[in-house]
Amino acid sequence: MTATATAPTTGERADRTGGPRSPLAGTGTLIRFNLRRDRVRLPVWIGASLLATVGSVSSFKATYPEPEDIESAKATFEAPAGLAMSGPDHYLSGEYHYGAMTGHQMISYMALVIGIMSILTVVRHTRTEEETGRAELLRSNVIGRHAHLAAALVVAVAANVLLGVLLAAGLGSLGVDGVTASGSLLYGATSVGIGVVFTAIAAITVQITPFARGSSGMAIAALGVAYALRAVGDVGADTFSWLSPIGWAQRTYVYVDNRWWPLLLNVALAAVCVALAVFLSTRRDVGAGLRPPRPGRPSATDRLAHPVAFALRLHRGVLIAFGFGALLMGVAFGSLLGETDDVLDSSDEFRETVEELGGSLEEAFASVVLAILVLIAICYAVMTVLRARAEETGGRAEPLLSTGLSRTRWLGSHLVVALAGGSLISVLGGLGFGLAGAGPADDSGLIWSLTWAAAAYAPAVWVTAGIALVLVGWFPGASAAAWAAPAYMFFTVYLGQLMDTPDFLLNLSPLSHVPQVPAEDLEWTPLLILTALAAGLIALGLAGFRRRDLDLK
Amino acid sequence: MNTASNAITVSGLVKTFGRTRALDGLDLEVGTGEVHGFLGPNGAGKSTTIRVLLGLLRADAGTVSLLGGDPWNDAVELHRRLAYVPGDVELWPNLSGGEAIDLLARLRGGLDAERRAELVDRFDLDPTKKGRTYSKGNRQKVALIAALASNAELLLLDEPTAGLDPLMEVVFQDVIAEAKDAGKTVLLSSHILAQVEKLCDRVSIIRLGRIVQSGTLSEMRHLTRTSIEAETSTPVTGLDELPGVHDVRAESGKIRFGVDGNHLDGVIRHLAGFGVHSLVSHPPTLEELMLRHYGDELEHNGHNGHNGQHAAGASR
Repeated sequence: MTATATAPTTGERADRTGGPRSPLAGTGTLIRFNLRRDRVRLPVWIGASLLATVGSVSSFKATYPEPEDIESAKATFEAPAGLAMSGPDHYLSGEYHYGAMTGHQMISYMALVIGIMSILTVVRHTRTEEETGRAELLRSNVIGRHAHLAAALVVAVAANVLLGVLLAAGLGSLGVDGVTASGSLLYGATSVGIGVVFTAIAAITVQITPFARGSSGMAIAALGVAYALRAVGDVGADTFSWLSPIGWAQRTYVYVDNRWWPLLLNVALAAVCVALAVFLSTRRDVGAGLRPPRPGRPSATDRLAHPVAFALRLHRGVLIAFGFGALLMGVAFGSLLGETDDVLDSSDEFRETVEELGGSLEEAFASVVLAILVLIAICYAVMTVLRARAEETGGRAEPLLSTGLSRTRWLGSHLVVALAGGSLISVLGGLGFGLAGAGPADDSGLIWSLTWAAAAYAPAVWVTAGIALVLVGWFPGASAAAWAAPAYMFFTVYLGQLMDTPDFLLNLSPLSHVPQVPAEDLEWTPLLILTALAAGLIALGLAGFRRRDLDLK
Repeated sequence: MNTASNAITVSGLVKTFGRTRALDGLDLEVGTGEVHGFLGPNGAGKSTTIRVLLGLLRADAGTVSLLGGDPWNDAVELHRRLAYVPGDVELWPNLSGGEAIDLLARLRGGLDAERRAELVDRFDLDPTKKGRTYSKGNRQKVALIAALASNAELLLLDEPTAGLDPLMEVVFQDVIAEAKDAGKTVLLSSHILAQVEKLCDRVSIIRLGRIVQSGTLSEMRHLTRTSIEAETSTPVTGLDELPGVHDVRAESGKIRFGVDGNHLDGVIRHLAGFGVHSLVSHPPTLEELMLRHYGDELEHNGHNGHNGQHAAGASR
């Protein structure tokens, strides 16, 4: 639509960006075209990230008005669970002023948001365009070989730079104690440093597979690995954090030491990744991945015609990746379980604080880690339910639903994979955590108890899948809003670390209602209530889907 | 037509999408065992009608009966008895064409393996390729084979050959003729008028969400002008006064004009009085029938000349 409208101008513009023979011909036009397409999306991302950061930092004063409040916050974030959710403990070594809090608590959070923004922007303007065939239409015009990638990278980097500048200006003008102007400048640069790395990683993943979904999945997995590495490194061995671009950004020790040099690592990694992406892009055809597609079976197995088996076939790649990822992440965190005791020994004062709250440090750490592992499972469940919606809008539900397959069974088959797969991923995370934790903690019972604790979260996974299903059934246009659920839950895991968080904020999250086995006894009542809630949401969602028109191509 | 023997009966069907009235009181009857052509330009409402018949979209008003059932409430039972080929076939990227054929046919309640193999061969499809690597025409073949290899009694085909090459078009016409011989009912939405003229017993023409004409081709022709070109020994006079005669043009011993089907007899008698040397009569082609209903749109779009001239030029 708009693509064809801008196409006639590319010829004349091409001269400005290197002439029609240049591999970058037409980049300028494509940049303007991308900005036109993102004129709502990117400002929303940037505005929301800015408001969330500035809002959080300006609320520190209200949250921690007295020195005692700051001391208790320090105690919270010194604990392994606190470190896993925030950043390295060097931020705590001096005065834990509001600036140190900002650097310590906000960077890892912000990295997830900025990373996802950057990845989705790059994928949207490269692989998605190729997959839909729109890139072909443009590439037949005066558009150079690398113009699409270059234009996508320029737009993603520009968005990151704009956000960085706004963050530096916004934080610098807050006038909060410890949040200095020079520190704020570095904070903005830190944000850009993280953004460019994941922009560049997405530039590689879009070369690998022919599918936009796979490209963004791989890049987001890289983001998850970077987050997990820094979490493991910040709690235990520092080395792991030095393997993560998020860890580098945190080691600027912004507002504390204000070091700029770790960001050089980010820039260097981004440059290497972009070079690799450009190289890989010359090794493939437009629309293709790196490897030629292999031929498939000439006929289907008997099983395939079963709706659940068919749904599983569509979802199995992602399921395996998530299961493996959760297991590995569990193992990484599990290896730290022994270290939490060392921390415990080193600080008596600290032990008292935690014990006043009930439970041991180890248990508090375990419950935060389990919540993070379960969030992976929850993201999988949301993704799987939304995949059914993508099948519908992609025109692939239409032929199936005009056979003897009812709407309930079709949507139900995807739901079954979401519920069972989500539960499995959660259990695998717990299993990895227990297996790796049993050694250092010297307690083989942990294997069973942590696996079981993770399994207890399954009803929370089901409730989230139910929320996504209700959106698909009743508000299909707003299905993507289902992502707000895991985002909010992640937020409550962080909030849960703070002493004075109002209960109602926590209680909105299903995670808060799951008994924290092994620290608590297994209580069946909340689990049964969550399960019943999930069943109700699912019934509601299916009913909505039965009564509405399909979205057809 | 007797309603009991109809595979499809639609009356007063209305379907709106927001402000757009896609179907505006559509009536359609398709008799059991007939091949019914469904004609109309893009956006006239053909696909919407078929999707209402499939229960994928819900009718806002009107009654729809398909194989004696209600397509919305009895969707699943009805789908076991019909097969559908969408106009825009989308396949699963990681499934081979063969797997997609089997999946669709089995979900419909089984397929005839021998027939499947025969169709794969006749349509010259490589069933081992993955969904994404097929061209548009090959994706269409996958859906066609899945539909034709099942034992459905009703075929709903929405522009099924839009991407097929002329060779495959011939194969398609053969298999539809076979399906008709086997007693199947076919609703064929198409832009390819030659295909419709060849295959269809009856035709319905849709415009702006309503059926503007419906009937057998010969019935329709009867209602429409036949163009006549005659050479006579003496110049023809008095033709203009006869009822049903239009656009008379005489040039050097030849006379051309159009005549309404039901007045043909009187005109021929009149002509006989002038000593006819040669007489060429073109029955209206389907294209002319279509253009009659859409002529105003063509003029609006800047097409010059009126229907009569266009028809003469179009009649090969």
